[in-house]
Amino acid sequence: MNVAEIRNQFPILAEKLPGGQDLVYLDNAATSQRPKRVLDKYLQLSLKTNANIHRAVHYLAAEATDQYESAREAVREFIGAASTKEIIFTSGTTASINTVAYSYGKAFVGRGDNIIVSQAEHHSNIVPWQLLAERTGAEVRALPVDDDGQLRIDLLPRLIDKNTRLVAVCHISNVLGLVNPVKEITRIAHERGVHVLIDGAQGIVHEAVAVKDIDCDFYVFSGHKMYAVPFTGVLYGKQDLLEEMPPFLGGGEMIASVSLEDGTTFAPLPGKFEAGTQNLAGTPTLIEAINTCKQFRDKEIVDYQQRLTDYVLNALQADDRITLYGVPRGNVAKVPLFSFSVKGAHHEDLALILDKMGIAVRSGQMCAEPIMDRFGVTGMVRASFAPYNTLEEAEYFIKCLDRAIKMLS
Amino acid sequence: MEPTKTIQEVEADIIENFSMFDQWLDKYEYLIELGKNLDAFPEEAKTEENLIKGCQSRVWLDAKASDGRIWFKADSDAIITKGIISLLISVYNGRTPAEILASDFSFIEKIGLRENLSPTRANGLVSMIETIRKRAAENNN
Repeated sequence: MNVAEIRNQFPILAEKLPGGQDLVYLDNAATSQRPKRVLDKYLQLSLKTNANIHRAVHYLAAEATDQYESAREAVREFIGAASTKEIIFTSGTTASINTVAYSYGKAFVGRGDNIIVSQAEHHSNIVPWQLLAERTGAEVRALPVDDDGQLRIDLLPRLIDKNTRLVAVCHISNVLGLVNPVKEITRIAHERGVHVLIDGAQGIVHEAVAVKDIDCDFYVFSGHKMYAVPFTGVLYGKQDLLEEMPPFLGGGEMIASVSLEDGTTFAPLPGKFEAGTQNLAGTPTLIEAINTCKQFRDKEIVDYQQRLTDYVLNALQADDRITLYGVPRGNVAKVPLFSFSVKGAHHEDLALILDKMGIAVRSGQMCAEPIMDRFGVTGMVRASFAPYNTLEEAEYFIKCLDRAIKMLS
Repeated sequence: MEPTKTIQEVEADIIENFSMFDQWLDKYEYLIELGKNLDAFPEEAKTEENLIKGCQSRVWLDAKASDGRIWFKADSDAIITKGIISLLISVYNGRTPAEILASDFSFIEKIGLRENLSPTRANGLVSMIETIRKRAAENNN
């Protein structure tokens, strides 16, 4: 399998921009493009088997339920969870973290307790904890990163105290693109009786995730960054913890029985956390998205991506006008996600000029203000690559970036 | 100094200037030049109150009403935005509130910079235009 064959699977990549240029899509960390097999799945479900799941006895409802539950099994197998009871479907990473912040918080977090996040978190892995802290009188603490953007896990044992309940960190930061040592972090936390949530929004895209090997208590991610349709998301949680947590949203299929006199009892896992009508046509696209991810583990594809990563990393580091945030060191790997700033050129200007050259990059704070503050910038430019991006595109990006910087300086 | 041309006349001049560029590159280079030549913004006016914060660029806008006219000074940390600010100031500085409120700001679109004003760009420029209109409305008696 080669990159040309991959590109053929993604219809949007053949589109021309209004200016007539080819689309060079380097905003994959925001959302990926979707392959035809995912789009076909969505369409087939909408055209042929649309019915609400887990409810009716008719043929369509049974088919729709089968598809939905097949997606659960596909996700379970993909991340190596023990049981489908541990796979909760949500609308995305943000919803998954909010669910944990509410339900885990209700069961385990009280006044005087603390939650540890890192300085490099997406707002979605900060704000739900701040809201929890406000509700309960708990505290949110931050694990710093060093000048290369590496997590200071050496400080973690000191940051944890007897009141620490949970460590919530990203597998790969959406700004820094470094693979955090989540297994090590989990070990440190568990040795001290502290639970661990891993924000896998970027991690699931680039790493082969095995939750039992990491041993984290929660692993959360979104479908739309891993080639599925938007509003698909996963909350993996260890069964014993999920059992102890109260429901988050109420209504729909999350109940066992409802009585106005005797109150309500809740459905067993995973239904307890899936209130309301689910993403009927969307969630099953995770099956095809997972197949796509597995396809991208082909050796030829992996080697090609590594060459591309090395090329962009070297080009950015060799340019003394550019400051790269998230520098690989030792055995901390870098994925093809590059955030940088340029002395004397504003990130918005760079992104506007690159856009005119047909290159889609992200610029700004990237929903991660604390890490912007850490590096003393108001924003960055981010170029994030997927396996369908070519070395030619990478070279074109580096060439255009040089031209944009020259225009602005 | 009170402007000698009407808003429509200044807009027509800008549209004519921009019609000479058939390449986006020339257009952007011109905006960058305008941005670099924008009158310096007084440091003491860079207050929280005058700051229009966006996810992208920051824009500072200082508006003062005197003698029935509104006087604008503005700045941005991004140069292309600053170039567009320069255009806005050349059109709206020293106008009466009624003149500003009667204007539809459509010249930005006519010179092919509509995409720079899209709210999805989340920059300070959209808010800057809103603020110009708001100040005009406040002073319109």
